[in-house]
Amino acid sequence: MSASTQTMNGEAPVFYVADEHDHPPGQSTMLGFWLYLMSDCLIFAMLFATFGVLGTSYAAGPGPKDLFDLKLVALNTAMLLFSSITYGFAMLAMMKGKVGSTQMWLAITGLFGLAFLCIELYEFHHMIHEGAGWWRSAFLSSFFALVGTHGLHVTFGIIWLVVLMVQVAKFGLIEANQRRLMCLSMFWHFLDVVWIGVFTFVYLMGVVR
Amino acid sequence: MSADAHAGHSHDSHGHDNHAHGHGHDDGRDHGSYKSYLTGFILSVILTVIPFYLVMAGVIENKNWTIAIIVALAVVQIVVHMVYFLHMNTTSDGGWTLMALIFTLIVVVIALAGSLWVMYHLNVNMMPVHDMRNMP
Repeated sequence: MSASTQTMNGEAPVFYVADEHDHPPGQSTMLGFWLYLMSDCLIFAMLFATFGVLGTSYAAGPGPKDLFDLKLVALNTAMLLFSSITYGFAMLAMMKGKVGSTQMWLAITGLFGLAFLCIELYEFHHMIHEGAGWWRSAFLSSFFALVGTHGLHVTFGIIWLVVLMVQVAKFGLIEANQRRLMCLSMFWHFLDVVWIGVFTFVYLMGVVR
Repeated sequence: MSADAHAGHSHDSHGHDNHAHGHGHDDGRDHGSYKSYLTGFILSVILTVIPFYLVMAGVIENKNWTIAIIVALAVVQIVVHMVYFLHMNTTSDGGWTLMALIFTLIVVVIALAGSLWVMYHLNVNMMPVHDMRNMP
């Protein structure tokens, strides 16, 4: 039996990499962060599924047509789209090593993100003020869970953005900061992708139905 | 032929430069340009305006058609964002990002379709039926 695992000249074959190849720091960060985003995607998929199941259970309460103001949602969507392209410009400035214009575009991105959050909080406040909070019906519970989770992500994205702006101001566009900015870029654009799902399935389809 | 070889060489040396500066992300990842970001932005503006217009102006009478069109536009827009903003391609990180994405999509489709299917039938088949026999 043991003879079968031996090669002709008597040496035991090696089935593993004999010496470890080089792993520069941060080489696999982007892939790891992408895997995190995919797991985040699963969280949103579950929230979308919940909304899909409960989205028509109004419990004799207000429905999407009574509550949603599509003009506000369109404005919100515009804010997020603008913040996406300005973050793209920040990344391009970063690639060229321009600290000043990177910081400027990051600041503009943060302001658009903040505008998005303010509009969303205004909408939530308005709904709750009318008595259409998350306690009112299964539809509203799943609505606040889904849209609120997205809003929380944007909130943490803005906090992260401010932290990175301080980092860049302090240490410049060093390799570690470039890596962090690229991770936040993926996070920010990912939130935009999730918002496409939100405005289509929650707001537009809710009003059409 | 020689031009090809030269192009290949200059690319290699560029990759090497990146390593020397410690960027270390020259593994098929694409970082976009003004042109690609602007293309993505214009496409996503168009793909956002159309569904909002369709719904807010009530262009199409048939609700099912409206829903089908806005869902199709959303799917196209998600692909546009993936390609132009998230720079998804088949070669980044040796194809592992794409593998992770495909796996996630499969799980998402199973979870969404399964939940909606099962819960719809539960709703239809197991709603309490009013017993009318004792009614006067």
